[in-house]
Amino acid sequence: MTASTQSNKKLITYLVLGCLGMFGFGFALVPLYDIMCDTLGINGKTATTAQAYDQQVINKSRTIRIEFMAHIQPGMKWDFGPTTNVLEVHPGELVKTAFVAKNNASKRMIAQAIPSISPGLGAKYFHKTECFCFQQQPVDGQSPADFPLVFFVDPQLPKDIHTLTLSYTLYDITEKTLGEALTGPQAQGVTP
Amino acid sequence: MTTANPQTNETVETIHEETVETNHDDHGHHEQPPKGIMRWILTTNHKDIGTLYLWFSLTMFFIGGAMAMVIRAELFEPGLQLVEPHFFNQMTTVHGLIMVFGAVMPAFTGLANWLVPMMIGAPDMALPRMNNWSFWILPFAFLILLSSLFMEGGGPDFGWTFYAPLSTKYSGDSTALFVFAIHIMGISSIMGAINVIVTIFNLRAPGMTWMKMPLFVWTWLVTAFLLIAVMPVLAGAVTMVLTDKFFGTSFFDAAGGGDPVMFQHIFWFFGHPEVYIMILPAFGIVSAIIPAFSRKKLFGYSSMVYAVASIAILSFVVWAHHMFTTGMPKVALLFFMYCTMLIAVPTGVKVFNWVATMWKGSLSFEPPMLFAVAFVVLFTIGGFSGLMLAMTPADFQYHDTYFVVAHFHYVLVTGAIFSIMAAAYYWLPKWTGHMYSMTLAKWHFWCSVISVNVLFFPMHFLGLAGMPRRIPDYNIQFANVNEIVSIGGFAFGLSQLLFLALVIKCCRGGEKAPAKPWDGAEGLEWEIPSPAPYHSFTTPPEVK
Repeated sequence: MTASTQSNKKLITYLVLGCLGMFGFGFALVPLYDIMCDTLGINGKTATTAQAYDQQVINKSRTIRIEFMAHIQPGMKWDFGPTTNVLEVHPGELVKTAFVAKNNASKRMIAQAIPSISPGLGAKYFHKTECFCFQQQPVDGQSPADFPLVFFVDPQLPKDIHTLTLSYTLYDITEKTLGEALTGPQAQGVTP
Repeated sequence: MTTANPQTNETVETIHEETVETNHDDHGHHEQPPKGIMRWILTTNHKDIGTLYLWFSLTMFFIGGAMAMVIRAELFEPGLQLVEPHFFNQMTTVHGLIMVFGAVMPAFTGLANWLVPMMIGAPDMALPRMNNWSFWILPFAFLILLSSLFMEGGGPDFGWTFYAPLSTKYSGDSTALFVFAIHIMGISSIMGAINVIVTIFNLRAPGMTWMKMPLFVWTWLVTAFLLIAVMPVLAGAVTMVLTDKFFGTSFFDAAGGGDPVMFQHIFWFFGHPEVYIMILPAFGIVSAIIPAFSRKKLFGYSSMVYAVASIAILSFVVWAHHMFTTGMPKVALLFFMYCTMLIAVPTGVKVFNWVATMWKGSLSFEPPMLFAVAFVVLFTIGGFSGLMLAMTPADFQYHDTYFVVAHFHYVLVTGAIFSIMAAAYYWLPKWTGHMYSMTLAKWHFWCSVISVNVLFFPMHFLGLAGMPRRIPDYNIQFANVNEIVSIGGFAFGLSQLLFLALVIKCCRGGEKAPAKPWDGAEGLEWEIPSPAPYHSFTTPPEVK
């Protein structure tokens, strides 16, 4: 093997490894993105599990406006909306509200609600002790359902945030979970 | 040469032997290429492969251009008259894909194949067989992509950026073909990039130190590293789209725990360096042409090299300026805004250096120089509108309007494409051995430069007034301006036929070109006869 083919081979090896590394990096961006969003709290994503209520003090001097929004995946034959559009709450106060949904299709469907908070930086100060978005929600055809939500706003919420908008988008995941959800134990939380 | 140390001599001999060996199996030691179609299919010669790339690119330029004509014909009047909206969407999508991956990138690879070995005094590319592969998989990629347009359900219709969920939820079955086509194009570009890097690292002639390399070689070296860094990320992104759409994964599906905004982050992490992949070699071309026709050395050579490198590095930290309206936190908006504006500094260095090169030069305006000067002026307009878009608050108004379309067509058509035209006019005598018709070339230039501005300049105003991009219909208030734009479009499209005629004429014959047809030109490629012999620099030249 001559000197120049040897140095070619070495360089090619590095470059191919670089390519494979970058291909892997593309996929590594997926968990990296989630970690970044979680730690920096920049994506408006709230926690996916219930948090315990641990507030001793309610800050009555501060009032936060909480707005609720509801969206439905296009083509999904449901009604979905908040029972109250706006709530004025004090940081630290445990608040109970609900969304209502109705499955207008003729068959049983399973829905998943995905929450999002705006402004995104407020997301990590919005704690839910109970949320319909923590579980999949099976609802019979032509039936209504109550979706309860219990939350409190962290008193650490930055001073410049006066309003938090909580938006839920409802997705039809019937097909994705058909097998387990219809034959296995029913997901809790829905009593029509 | 005789004083060179023994090791250098050995390397020289090795290179020589290898070249001979490379050609050994298919056509022995003949100096001339074999005849017939097999020459082109089996070739490992960098000049042949460069020619193939350039013709392929020109073909794609006309196919993508025909799609642009469909788009402009539909937008000539408000309302829907010629094509269905679904087909219109396919046209905007495939026009973008063809022009980016089929016209601009292969043209630059073709130029690199032709010129990099000749500029650094190498006998060929370092990896000639891989070179053959990297070209020949390309036509199949575009065959797959274009054939999907004729299938049931149509081709890709989600824009060249294939945002999720448009590409994962609302797209047709042809998405699979689109994904495979992108995979093949990516593999081709990566192989091309590896070849360029290995060639530049290992095959420079003795004495060709890094800081003596022509800027075209430098810019291509940086481009090749960018390609290796981001094409695999694009491959990853299309793979995720494929599995989301057909295999039930949820990378970008909110219902399954994914995030559609993440698609945009991954796509633009590829997409922004891609923008520089399409412009850095253009900088190299212009940096070769302007000194030649100013009869002066390039002003600030080393600052040009550093500017290219800093643009390339900065290109990795500005991607989210494509996504200002996705609701990012203020800190992120500011970071990406300032980083984006920072790119104006090295770019400004380049523009000022070109102007300084022309300053008090003995200028003449042959066709390559005309295109190069037009490049400097018009690319700078595109740069300015880019700065406007970089301002986050202003971007909320410009986002997804024709202002953006005007911006990136100024940098890609009057930037990248004009530089490729300039390169063709500059090196065509070297490639074909014939001079081309100066009159025809000047007609081509003036028709192009006037019509391209009629085509793209009014788009700025359409965008500022609120006309959204990628929509087949528009409000009646935009009617007059769109008429002008479409007329400019048809004129620009027709003008390119002059170029085709000129190139064909020049290949067939014409006045014999001397080794160095431009008296101010510098570089090793002008020291070999025109047309460049099939094998050049089999013995490396001495660079002083």
